[in-house]
Amino acid sequence: MHLSHDLHFARTYLREEVLPSPFCSGCGCGTLANCFLKAIEETGYKDLKRFVFCSGIGCSAWIPSPHFRADTIHVTHGRSIPVALGVKLARPELKVVVFGGDGDLAGIGLNHLIQAARRNLDVMVIMVNNMIYGMTGGQVAPTTPLNVKTSTTPFGSFEYPLDASRLMVASGASYVARWTTFHAIQVKEAVKEGLAKGGFSFIEVVTQCPAIFGRRLGMEDGRRMLHWFRENSIPISKAEDMEGTSLTGKIVVGEFVNIEKPGLLRNLDELKRKVTRAEHA
Amino acid sequence: MPSLGGVCVQLEDEIASMGAVIGASWGGVKSMTATSGPGFSLMQENIGLAIMTETPCVVVDVQRVGPSTGQATKCAQGDIMQARWGTHGDHEIIALAPDSVQEMFTLTVKAFNLSEQYRTPVILLSDEIISHLRERIDLPEHIEVVDRRELLQPPFFTSGNKFPKGMPPLGRGLAVSVTGSSHDSLGIRATSDQDIHRKLVEGLASKISRGRDSLTDFEATGIEECDIGVISFGCTSRAVYDAIEIVAERGIKVGHLRLRTIWPFPEEKIRELTKVADVVLVPEMNLGQLFLEVERVAPESAKIVPLNKVGGGLMFTPDEISSAILRNVAR
Repeated sequence: MHLSHDLHFARTYLREEVLPSPFCSGCGCGTLANCFLKAIEETGYKDLKRFVFCSGIGCSAWIPSPHFRADTIHVTHGRSIPVALGVKLARPELKVVVFGGDGDLAGIGLNHLIQAARRNLDVMVIMVNNMIYGMTGGQVAPTTPLNVKTSTTPFGSFEYPLDASRLMVASGASYVARWTTFHAIQVKEAVKEGLAKGGFSFIEVVTQCPAIFGRRLGMEDGRRMLHWFRENSIPISKAEDMEGTSLTGKIVVGEFVNIEKPGLLRNLDELKRKVTRAEHA
Repeated sequence: MPSLGGVCVQLEDEIASMGAVIGASWGGVKSMTATSGPGFSLMQENIGLAIMTETPCVVVDVQRVGPSTGQATKCAQGDIMQARWGTHGDHEIIALAPDSVQEMFTLTVKAFNLSEQYRTPVILLSDEIISHLRERIDLPEHIEVVDRRELLQPPFFTSGNKFPKGMPPLGRGLAVSVTGSSHDSLGIRATSDQDIHRKLVEGLASKISRGRDSLTDFEATGIEECDIGVISFGCTSRAVYDAIEIVAERGIKVGHLRLRTIWPFPEEKIRELTKVADVVLVPEMNLGQLFLEVERVAPESAKIVPLNKVGGGLMFTPDEISSAILRNVAR
């Protein structure tokens, strides 16, 4: 499967002409790209021909566009999911994957995210949660923990962060998982699991942004942030027995939901069949 | 739609609808959305995306009284400039204005065809009165349809004078890179290079402005020789036809130019009329959006007279227009 033993496996799937990547030193986006592509390789895809990637605005939108050697559609801030919906309805046979940040998907585009989960739209959404608007200079995001100083909350954030994964469960997604970039193997497995699902799959990956977020917490080094993720991650099975307040500052990780439920496309197919039958009757 | 093999989905808002239309078009199908003024405002960011990514699609805007909620469901013609400049940045747009149910049909077909030819969103700028009409229409036996052309070789996107004829298909291993950021003719982002951006936006604008003559669509009556000119579009033109008959009884000849193409602005045709008519009346259901454009292109010697009606949703009566003609006609 590898082009040669000298090449990193992921290069098969990358537009090498756009390398080196523009990501900051220590950024988690590279780790996530690696996990995703490893899942692709292990699933048996030799290329990304049958994939369409949609992304909005933010660093994580740049994971597929321009890095992946695939059809990539890079759109307006927060609007990747509606565009993905359009692609999927037009081309049901293609795998459609959205990469987006917490600002993109849980901020400006949150309504689209909720509605996509409600529809159980047959698309995979990977939310790269770095808890801040990184690309634009470190403004507070809907996911920023309480009391963190950001460029728009210089005295500390005074709002509660959104738990996007729990929201996705409540909205009706077929598959929801949250991991961090420390959990590389689990992220890879979640991608494989999500890709095999009909309906909406949502994977939240808490990702280190040492340059913009970490340094505000005294963690300018990506590795320190990974240690922080390791020390503060709580498996979902354990979290269920814990009191709400003892979970403050913790990252609950694991598979939140994994169910069989017809996706939007199957419902639409059934509708088509019903309408056609009625017309021929 | 399901029985025709198509899909119709109602999305959460007009932002999403416009996004889905773009995604579907890249998926290889023809796609459209429809809304009225406030929804058209919400669509503007992704109309810009469609322009920038050269995505063929059709947007129907049924104009109603604004700004804001204004008088919901009441007719107006106040989105002329929103259609032109609603989205930010330098661009050109194609907008067509129907004046009957028949033209809702023919201009929708035409909008799809132009969007494919020019790889750009096309606005069907209707109004509440036209869109709520019930009229007999003739379905032509043959409908001219411009099919999607596949483009398997780059350049996939415009750069300078070269613009691609066709679209690269997805799912065929072409690694098509579509982006709303400034990009080169392969679709690779270039967010600092001044030259690439200039070539891109000049190309996107000129592919439409160079087509101005072939895009210009109108109905002209009596413009060769007349006492006064009238320029109208949409529901207003229906009252103009009656007004022309009323003033004809007094021996006044009206040169009437009814615009089917609003954008790009049919400058040559307007000048032609202003050469023949000393006075040109511009009735419209807004405070003078088309009037300003007519004044811009007309020679200084021409007298351009606005006639405006806003609010309440009632269209011009033939009497209102014939009275204005009688008041202004040079004798």
